[in-house]
Amino acid sequence: MRNIFLFIRRYFHFLALLLLQAFCIYLIVHYNTYHNAVASVYMNEITGKINTQANKIDYYFQLKKTNEQLAKDNERLRNQLKADFERPDTATKMVTDSIAYDTLGNRRKWRYLSAKVVSNSVSAQNNFIVLGRGWAQQIKKDEGVVDPNNGVVGIVTDVSENFSVVMSLLHKDSKISGKLKKSGDVGQVIWDGKEPNRLLMSDIRKSAKVIKGDTVYTSGFTPTFPYGLMIGTVDEIISDKSTNNYIIKLKSATNFFSLQYVYAIENSQKEEINRLLENAKNKINN
Amino acid sequence: MSTLVKNIVRFILLILVQVFVLDRIHLHYMVTPYIYFLFILWVPFQLNRTAQMLIAFALGFTLDGFRHNPGFHAAACVLLAYFRPFLIGILIPQEGADHNYEEPSAKSMGGFMPYMLYAGVLTLIHHAWLFFLEAWQLGNIWYFVIKTLLSTAISLLLIIIVELIFSRKQQFRTNTV
Repeated sequence: MRNIFLFIRRYFHFLALLLLQAFCIYLIVHYNTYHNAVASVYMNEITGKINTQANKIDYYFQLKKTNEQLAKDNERLRNQLKADFERPDTATKMVTDSIAYDTLGNRRKWRYLSAKVVSNSVSAQNNFIVLGRGWAQQIKKDEGVVDPNNGVVGIVTDVSENFSVVMSLLHKDSKISGKLKKSGDVGQVIWDGKEPNRLLMSDIRKSAKVIKGDTVYTSGFTPTFPYGLMIGTVDEIISDKSTNNYIIKLKSATNFFSLQYVYAIENSQKEEINRLLENAKNKINN
Repeated sequence: MSTLVKNIVRFILLILVQVFVLDRIHLHYMVTPYIYFLFILWVPFQLNRTAQMLIAFALGFTLDGFRHNPGFHAAACVLLAYFRPFLIGILIPQEGADHNYEEPSAKSMGGFMPYMLYAGVLTLIHHAWLFFLEAWQLGNIWYFVIKTLLSTAISLLLIIIVELIFSRKQQFRTNTV
């Protein structure tokens, strides 16, 4: 017993080092797979508030760029106005409303919620974006996030009262389903942790026709993103020797360096789809 | 200013500079400039080693809070704090210099070169462990090595600039040994 105490006293510093390192590695492993811990929500609120202050200054310097982006965005939206399209037959009238059902019985599926980027990183190997809008302002977990030009930014992983954390596409766990425009092949878009604004697309078989410069869209197969949001353009095609697939390097449609405003996309049918999938799974398991 | 207040101010300032200035400079995807760990390099000689590690953990954890990735910087800082006393023991020139001066600097370490060696080795330890933990999940050795070396060079350059701009006046304290 005495020897044990002596040992602990002799190597106390080293044991403290091991203990702290073990705790750090636990944090790394734990938080990388599971973003839901209470501590991270508290941390969010505190760092979010400091980030908001710093962003106010940063925002001022980017006003011009933000204005241009908004003007562009407005232009795009104005061109989609129903009033700009003349219908040859006046017997029917198109009405689009923000309520869940419009008069034609169309059901609203996607709702865009604008949010300001409070902090953003691109240089780490796991990058996160913080939005100044949380569950008190209707943002929910697992919503997709796009930039004003409809380029995919990431997925909401963590929501606190006034802030939410987005796992950007530049995160090693980020995985979204993408579709090549020309051939229609569907693959996974991931990031290799190296260059920002460069993504990788895997799971495209070698028989598929891939052309440099082709566009990659969201496939719409996941309940997170609607069909047809731009992910990036094909930049380099590498054939993987060990498998029958291509590895395609993409130039991302979003410029992650200069994000100021983004839109979170809410899917109002998501719960229904998830419930259905859950039922189907339960049936197989039982 | 008392040592405690001075160090608290340093802690806050270095974290703010790291988060709101350096993290926003995107030099190159291989290079990440780090300066915040200068706080641990400047901690007083006389501090208990376990206390140093705990302070280092707090510093790293604060930065991790801003990066939304708890663990990485905390682990690197703790390792840095663990190796610090060894290096001071090797590099300090005469007996009792760590009693005559308050904290490590070019003067108390007996010249610019020993101090730079001290800063350089600790920076390398910090970066290597940090990028190793990050690369661990990706597994590309050359990328890891090059990134570590380049980032160390840039961080060292920053440390030299900080030393030149904010010269810390180290008083020789007699009758302390």
